[in-house]
Amino acid sequence: MNKEPLFHISKRGAVPWYAAWAIRGCAVLLALIVCALITTLVTGENPISVYVTIFNGTFGSPRRMWVTFQNVAILLCISLAVTPAFRMRFWNIGGEGQTLIGCLASAACMILLRDALPGWAIICCMIVSSIVAGAIWGGIPAFFKARWGTNETLFTLMMNYIATQLVAFFCVVWESPKGSGQIGIINQKTELGWLPVIGGQRYLLNILVVAVLTVVMYIYLNYSKHGYEISVVGESERTARYVGIKVDRVIMRTMLLSGGICGIAGLLLVGSTDHTLTTTLAGGNGFTAVMVSWLAKFNPIWMILTSFLLAFLSKGAGEISKAFALNQSFSDILTGVILFFIIGSEFFINYRIHFRHGKKEG
Amino acid sequence: MKKLVSILMTIALIACLCTAAFAEAAPVKVGFIFLHDENSTYDLNFINAAKQACEEMGVEYVLITNIDEGQQCYDAAAELVEDEGCNIVFADSFGHESFMIQAAKDYPEVQFCHATGTQAHTVGLDNYHNAFASIYEGRFLAGVAAGMKLNEMIEAGQFSAEEAKIGYVGAYPYAEVKSGYTSFFLGARSICPTATMEVTFTNSWYDEALEKEGATRLINDGCKLISQHADSMGAPTACENAGVPDVSYNGSTIDACPNTFIVSSRIDWAPYMKHMIECVQTGAAIEADWTGTIETGSVVLTDVNEAVAAAGTVEKIEEVKAALLDGSVKVFDTAAFTVGGEALTSYLADVDDMGDFVGETEVIEDGAFQESKFRSAPYFDLDIDGITIIDK
Repeated sequence: MNKEPLFHISKRGAVPWYAAWAIRGCAVLLALIVCALITTLVTGENPISVYVTIFNGTFGSPRRMWVTFQNVAILLCISLAVTPAFRMRFWNIGGEGQTLIGCLASAACMILLRDALPGWAIICCMIVSSIVAGAIWGGIPAFFKARWGTNETLFTLMMNYIATQLVAFFCVVWESPKGSGQIGIINQKTELGWLPVIGGQRYLLNILVVAVLTVVMYIYLNYSKHGYEISVVGESERTARYVGIKVDRVIMRTMLLSGGICGIAGLLLVGSTDHTLTTTLAGGNGFTAVMVSWLAKFNPIWMILTSFLLAFLSKGAGEISKAFALNQSFSDILTGVILFFIIGSEFFINYRIHFRHGKKEG
Repeated sequence: MKKLVSILMTIALIACLCTAAFAEAAPVKVGFIFLHDENSTYDLNFINAAKQACEEMGVEYVLITNIDEGQQCYDAAAELVEDEGCNIVFADSFGHESFMIQAAKDYPEVQFCHATGTQAHTVGLDNYHNAFASIYEGRFLAGVAAGMKLNEMIEAGQFSAEEAKIGYVGAYPYAEVKSGYTSFFLGARSICPTATMEVTFTNSWYDEALEKEGATRLINDGCKLISQHADSMGAPTACENAGVPDVSYNGSTIDACPNTFIVSSRIDWAPYMKHMIECVQTGAAIEADWTGTIETGSVVLTDVNEAVAAAGTVEKIEEVKAALLDGSVKVFDTAAFTVGGEALTSYLADVDDMGDFVGETEVIEDGAFQESKFRSAPYFDLDIDGITIIDK
């Protein structure tokens, strides 16, 4: 008779919501304890003061809160963008590139049209062109997927690199001074093409736009025919075909939407906050967005929480390196530990571990 | 809701006013913004100077590392002013400039000092300042050490005089870098007249892999000595692996490269940082544009690595340094170089940097290109004969 293995893993049935959140809560707690251990062992700093610092860095003053919410807004915007694609099991990891290309389109309008058009007209061009640019960047892999069944993960990933190189190229074309590879703030003196500042708060516009977008996306995914079609395609393409959904069309339409919203993120970055163009403008948010969306189970409302968590972690991480004069790598370690536990907790929510002595009847 | 917003805004405003009033009464506190962290030789040079200057002046300071050349820089500056109560903010990277200007507009009571920038003398803000040093003089002296080493290798029969080719890994093809490698080359050629140079650009300030690759490519191309103007350990490491002598920048790399490091020129930023702190302490105005020199202690060389450098290098450097100080040797002496086969008699440089890329200032005076005279940041952007750029 074969010896039974030490433990085996089985899929759980439906887990009541409070149990799921209890597991998640434990994971966060464990993560904090492990981080505290690492902090004390490696640096000799008091872990409590490190946590206080993280909290202060994020909420310490009204200004810090604005910056935090701005970071959340951009991350959430890109997460919202990739979500419809994820819901139909189309793994769009090209959010970074789609955002960058939106940035490029906005910056191009600000630079090329500044002598030709008044400010409001430039802004209109920026809105249209960045959405279209993002949509095209998302639409190309979708077209290939729908037509020839190419792998969308690799395709969207590679589109990121093309977008980065294109931006690098235009940074050299528009650089100032010559040879520096720097564009600097575009239209700093005239502020042409800068999106309006609402109520004296330079980040409020972004936050409002993304808030509206979140609600619209929630309704679109859950209460519209399109949203339903996306879910059906995600569950099973064959079923979708059987009930008469044109799968190719849904893929194309959803990816155009996905890319278009990334384009909006690009527009907000260039038009409203940064007013410049660099290859690092999207700042890895296109990839972090994948995690935000996935952790929230592709639910836009939950994504507010998860994007907040991730923005909070990275902001706090920067604060640690400043306050304790530690290298950025240390805060990356802490972020890594916390994410490891949070993602790991999903495993325990979905699966149960049975140890050998637990059940004899197998 | 409207009421809530207005209450919140009032509170924020009062908080701002309080911190502003508080900052004026408080002693000097300096906030520093760095592009990378201490792994970058460039930033390490600034970080060491910042600590030294603040500790010697007895003032508080805050360091923020890894700040991109984007809105992050503005946010960091705002953070330093509003939340840390700094009354001087210093940023170290060229690309930080426009965001520093933006912050300087928003916080007129705080002094913003920016290294390597070009716009302070034209932007018209009282609280925004640029600083640089006449590092081309340091580069020239480092070039002298390179020339000595080339001569030694030629005499030892390692290669012929015609093969004395230097390789140079540059960051971006603009004035700051061009001025640097040209002065280095002129220094080397003043000692080894047959020297030539090949330059490759990485188009990044910090890319260890690219810099290493660039240096390796130059070495394979027959370069006998390498120098660099990029901020990682990429080029020095490639030299150490290949056993090719290296003249470094920003600081000594002798620990990692004991068998190839000759000498390094660097800007010592401590004199300027002390100067700006002193100005704020005494209420004096900081110059819009400050140029450090050998005399101010801003342009320095590290110790020469006698194990690698040619015999007599230290003495020769001292001799040329004295000549630079008394004016008998000029780095960009128009008799020492040609452009397109001809000597330079007139050149209009884009000193005002208004974004027009049109030169407006005559910079050839007294038989030399007057670098760092009309503006602290370099504006020598000519391609002189003897230097080949192998990629644009």
